[in-house]
Amino acid sequence: MMIRNARSKFAAAALLPAAAQVHAESGWGLLNMTPGVTDISRKIYDLHMEVFWICVAIAVVVFGWMIWSLIAFRKSKGAVADTSLVHNTKVEIIWTLIPVFILIAMAVPAARTLVDIEDTRNTELTIKVTGFQWGWNYDYLDDGVNFYSRLDRQSDAARQLLSGIDVTTVPHYLLNVDHPLIVPAGVKVRLLITGADVIHSWWVPAFGLKKDAIPGFINELWFNVDTDKVGVYRGQCVELCGRDHGFMPIVVDVRSKEDFSTWLKTTAAQQKQAAAANAPAATPPAG
Amino acid sequence: MAYSAVHGAVAHDAHAAHDDHKPHGWRRWVYATNHKDIGTMYLVFAGIMFFVGGTMAMLIRLELFKPGLQFFDPLFFNSLTTMHALIMIFGAVMPAWTGLANWQIPMQVGAPDMALPRLNNFSFWILPFAFLILLSTFFVPGGAPAGGWTMYPPLMLQGGAGFPMTIFAIHLMGASSILGSMNVIVTILNMRAPGMTLLRMPLFVWSWLITAYLLIAVMPVLAGAVTMLLTDHFFGTTFFTAAGGGDPVMFQHIFWFFGHPEVYILILPAFGIVSEIIPTFARKPIFGYEAMVYAIASIAFLSFIVWAHHMFTVGMPLAGQLFFMLTTMLIAIPTGVKVFNWCATLWKGSITFEPPMLFAISFLFLFSIGGFSGVMLAIVPADFQYQDTYFVVAHFHYVLVPGTIFAIMAGVYYWLPKWTGKMYDLKLGTWHFWLSAIFVNVLFFPQHFLGLAGMPRRIPDYAVQFTDWNMVSSIGGFGFGLSQFLFPYLIWKCIQHGTPIGNRAWEGAHGLEWELPSPPPFHSWETPPTEAMIAQASVH
Repeated sequence: MMIRNARSKFAAAALLPAAAQVHAESGWGLLNMTPGVTDISRKIYDLHMEVFWICVAIAVVVFGWMIWSLIAFRKSKGAVADTSLVHNTKVEIIWTLIPVFILIAMAVPAARTLVDIEDTRNTELTIKVTGFQWGWNYDYLDDGVNFYSRLDRQSDAARQLLSGIDVTTVPHYLLNVDHPLIVPAGVKVRLLITGADVIHSWWVPAFGLKKDAIPGFINELWFNVDTDKVGVYRGQCVELCGRDHGFMPIVVDVRSKEDFSTWLKTTAAQQKQAAAANAPAATPPAG
Repeated sequence: MAYSAVHGAVAHDAHAAHDDHKPHGWRRWVYATNHKDIGTMYLVFAGIMFFVGGTMAMLIRLELFKPGLQFFDPLFFNSLTTMHALIMIFGAVMPAWTGLANWQIPMQVGAPDMALPRLNNFSFWILPFAFLILLSTFFVPGGAPAGGWTMYPPLMLQGGAGFPMTIFAIHLMGASSILGSMNVIVTILNMRAPGMTLLRMPLFVWSWLITAYLLIAVMPVLAGAVTMLLTDHFFGTTFFTAAGGGDPVMFQHIFWFFGHPEVYILILPAFGIVSEIIPTFARKPIFGYEAMVYAIASIAFLSFIVWAHHMFTVGMPLAGQLFFMLTTMLIAIPTGVKVFNWCATLWKGSITFEPPMLFAISFLFLFSIGGFSGVMLAIVPADFQYQDTYFVVAHFHYVLVPGTIFAIMAGVYYWLPKWTGKMYDLKLGTWHFWLSAIFVNVLFFPQHFLGLAGMPRRIPDYAVQFTDWNMVSSIGGFGFGLSQFLFPYLIWKCIQHGTPIGNRAWEGAHGLEWELPSPPPFHSWETPPTEAMIAQASVH
């Protein structure tokens, strides 16, 4: 973490001296995965870093060996080839076995984390997520709240071919929606994910997980955002789903339990009222 | 050396008078049955496709240079990524390997030609038609296929007139590959000169023998998968439609059962080539020859039981995820053996840095980087973050560009003097290497950052925080693309103005092809090489 921050600050400071905002929004510093805001996402981040550093260590040894050979055994420096060096059973067994142990060291924590990820027991809130061309539908199964979530209008206008709009002026360009998914912090939320037409994939990097939205299948994914990590988290569809695949973002507004239940109650009442008034509650916004 | 040169020359003179009755003009190429002519056609075809697919890559990098859509409709962008992959995989890399196999295998095993010359002609001439059909989809209603080269239904089924054309083109490419592979297998198993035992064969021949089996095993699987797509679309079947009792995920399983061996089809011959080049320029036999053969065979075997690591996010049972994670990790072991053996070949060598060696050395480094990200991708929980991001794009481009493509270039730089009888401009080749090696990293390394920072793949436009590294990547892309024009120029210049060269173009080269004159006679080994010659050529 510290190294990452130091590096990103260094890069940002070196390349954008005038820019006041030395934070994640400046692209040069975006070099690594986010540790995220859930227990699982942090485990995944740690696993990622563990495997990364193991790879770095192996690279230092192997590349060091290669570079040493390339420098030390140059013909131009008078190196004479030792043509008898063609086989060494002992060495070959050693360098077959060492990777086995390294792989076991990676596989054990990976398997543990995977078991944790697959533990879908004791979820407290279930939301059905349906990907469609090109947006998301969120259905709070137990509470009668249902709405569509699409790219917000400002991004949508800016992203048209040769729109003439400077996309850097659009807040959260391509990562903003009209109606975000709203969930409580500190609650194990279960998403039941499916697709309406083609395969999509639901991903919020800060939650660590992605899952495909497949027509005819219902996939499960859960997350439990830390209670102190209330805020807005953004992601995108990550399975090619046609023309506007790049334009169906995911925005999750994580609120405190109290705020969430207030919102849920109000929205449920509103939608009930609207349905009673015979206006289809779940009509997607025009466009 | 003196012995072999004299022998080769004598063999050539004795036969040249009555052997060289090849047809001339266009008939030489259209009716070609000669392994070298067909090999040349394959390589030229692959070169053309490399530039066609490369042009698409340039257009992709152009659109991604900055956020906002500047040039293309998103659907056309999707067509570009889809076609770039199909052209590069089936049009550039695979034909290049077959071309190298055609040129080298008969010379390396001591045969006069490939075993099945007319089949050879047929398997080549299918290809231009297949790619004519594929490329013409750009001009039909609905445009070129835009569902990704993986062709996942139901999205693929939404394609227009280009959809059945793509499938027909893939059938033709598959047929071509299968015929080519049969030819390779029959040639290697039946046409070896007496004394050229299997464990004396050069590693390039070994790698191709195993690749050919992989091709025969999986190309029909791909054909089956795309045929089911076709019947789903036109004939009312529902193999992949859940509403009719089908299963869209089944397509992915079938596709990747083909697809994972396919990626090894693209890389195994590269292992073979690098295993030829490093000993030559380290002036030392390959370290652990038998281990190298077994490693290739193990990798090929494992390639059949790892397919689902391409689809960890489809919602597999825990046991399935663990199985595919562990089998995938196992691949690191034989791959590690290969890298260590190459390192040990360099160790205590007497190394020089001609262009083929430069490309082979950068293969070692950069392919290894692709291997490291491969190990990271195998870790399922982490893969949930990496899947379908630019991290994956960076991974497979590291394996395929400075991996496969650099190995093909290394092979061409290695054998070009043999094929033409002339030495090319080494300085220009070195320039080509350094420009390619630098730009390829500028192009692909930042894509690791983009993926980890959360940029999905296959998108025509992106959030503004991804701008900086995309710009760097695009600049690298343009530099890499432009540098590649040096390659055909260098080959043309070699053919026109190269300096004539003897049998053994490189001081440290071993292998039967270097016992033949440069350029070799029309029918490579009319008289089989002697046992002594084979023993001398196969030192390992």
